[in-house]
Amino acid sequence: MWFPMATIARTGLAEAETARISRAYFRRTGRLLLRLKEDVAGMGAFLLITLSVGILKFNRAKQVIRPLIHAEVQRAGIKLIPMVAFLAFALGSVVIGQTVFLLHSLGAENYAGMVMVTVVVRELGPILAALLVLARVGTANVVELGTARALGEVEALEALGIDPIHYLVVPRVIGLSLSIFSLTIYLILVALMSGYLFAFLENVPLRPSDYFRQLAGALLWQDFALVALKTILFGALIAIVTCYEGLASPLRLDEVSRATSSAVGKCVVGVVLLDALFIVVYLII
Amino acid sequence: MDQKSQNGEPLLNVVDASVTPPRARRVIASEVNWQVMVGEFWLVGGRHGSGKTSFLATMAGLQRPAAGSIRHFGMELSELSEPELLRERERVGYVFKSGGRMFSGLTVAENVELPLRYHREGENEKLDGRVREVLEATELSREADSTAQSLGWDRQQRVGLARALAMNPELLFLDEPLSGLEARDRNWWKKFLNTLWEGCPLTGGRRTTMIITTNDFGTWAGGGHRCGLLEDGRWQPRDEKQEWPDLA
Repeated sequence: MWFPMATIARTGLAEAETARISRAYFRRTGRLLLRLKEDVAGMGAFLLITLSVGILKFNRAKQVIRPLIHAEVQRAGIKLIPMVAFLAFALGSVVIGQTVFLLHSLGAENYAGMVMVTVVVRELGPILAALLVLARVGTANVVELGTARALGEVEALEALGIDPIHYLVVPRVIGLSLSIFSLTIYLILVALMSGYLFAFLENVPLRPSDYFRQLAGALLWQDFALVALKTILFGALIAIVTCYEGLASPLRLDEVSRATSSAVGKCVVGVVLLDALFIVVYLII
Repeated sequence: MDQKSQNGEPLLNVVDASVTPPRARRVIASEVNWQVMVGEFWLVGGRHGSGKTSFLATMAGLQRPAAGSIRHFGMELSELSEPELLRERERVGYVFKSGGRMFSGLTVAENVELPLRYHREGENEKLDGRVREVLEATELSREADSTAQSLGWDRQQRVGLARALAMNPELLFLDEPLSGLEARDRNWWKKFLNTLWEGCPLTGGRRTTMIITTNDFGTWAGGGHRCGLLEDGRWQPRDEKQEWPDLA
């Protein structure tokens, strides 16, 4: 009698434990979903506020705001050119050069232009430029704004009648959008040229005129428009998310690093989702 | 100056306001009724932890009252549109305590000129002149090109005063400006604030109305100032003839 009772008791315990674990799992998932909903709603509201401030105060305080935009372009764009050049050269040599070489060995060098446009112009160029700006400038944004919030500088701006969104967020949104757009163009050009150089060094019999003709043939007007739109949206997204994480909730100094990690994670997810959306657009048009 | 204020309307008029600190339920002061007239110099006294900073921030319009109404220059703050609020903020100065919350990365001169450049465009020579004038008056000319953060916090507090004065405010709020200062600096501040109160070239000869928080009324004794006490969740403004309370 004793043995079966113990088995039943053990089975009952195991079932209770399984039920407890699944309850905890559902509770945790529910909490995560609620937090996600709050974050999306908060960032959406922050985006709308920034848009309205940017439009309504477009021509206000030019003496203060324009130098801030220039500084942001300098920081997120011009200062990153050497890094982008290095990355573009590596991308061109490793990915493009080898792809051209592979296409040649398959006798499909006529498709080189189409592959380049799809891989570099539409996908890798914009994403790499965005992630580079996120790593170098987006993280700095969260630290700067989080520290400014924690030290009460945002209240000081309000006390002086200076709109913190106008002074701190709008220049970052414009600066990052312009920078990612410009860096992407730069990255694409350097990558395509270095890719050809690598292929040339590997004795692929593809003349520069043929290579560039293929590229020009594969490029559609939609590519120019969508790359411009995509990179500008990447910049705006990174600026909005990092500024939101730094400013939206009052932080203590020790919470700034957590906010930075959180912002990076959200930006990466946001950039990938936005990119996926553009893939759908490419497929439709 | 605002026409209503000239005609005897209070610069600050508080009716049945309730003050709470941000993100807290504790009530610092309930049913606050208070009027500050043009040219008055008020001391807001209270012990450590009594909520003077939140009280001052609420009176200055930087925090919302939990209930009641706060009017500056005859205008209800909660009903102001964005442009009206901007115009109102140009007439109010605020000096934060403990270092004045300087903008990191900006020099002393840039900190002072920021509100001027933001609110008044296209008058570069005039703005530069005003910045020079304010820095000279606050004896900060030598530190004009230093970053504010490289200064000691007593000097930063003075930069905070210079920044608040740049716009030539009619109503000036100061949060414990003498706290933690050496005797020499305390004397400088008292003398300078009295000069502003009486009217000087920096204010265009106009008397600046001032509201200052303190935890030591004795420091200000004999100045002809008015005072009120923040204690036990109540704001108690004193008549001019009443004796000042002892906070010791």
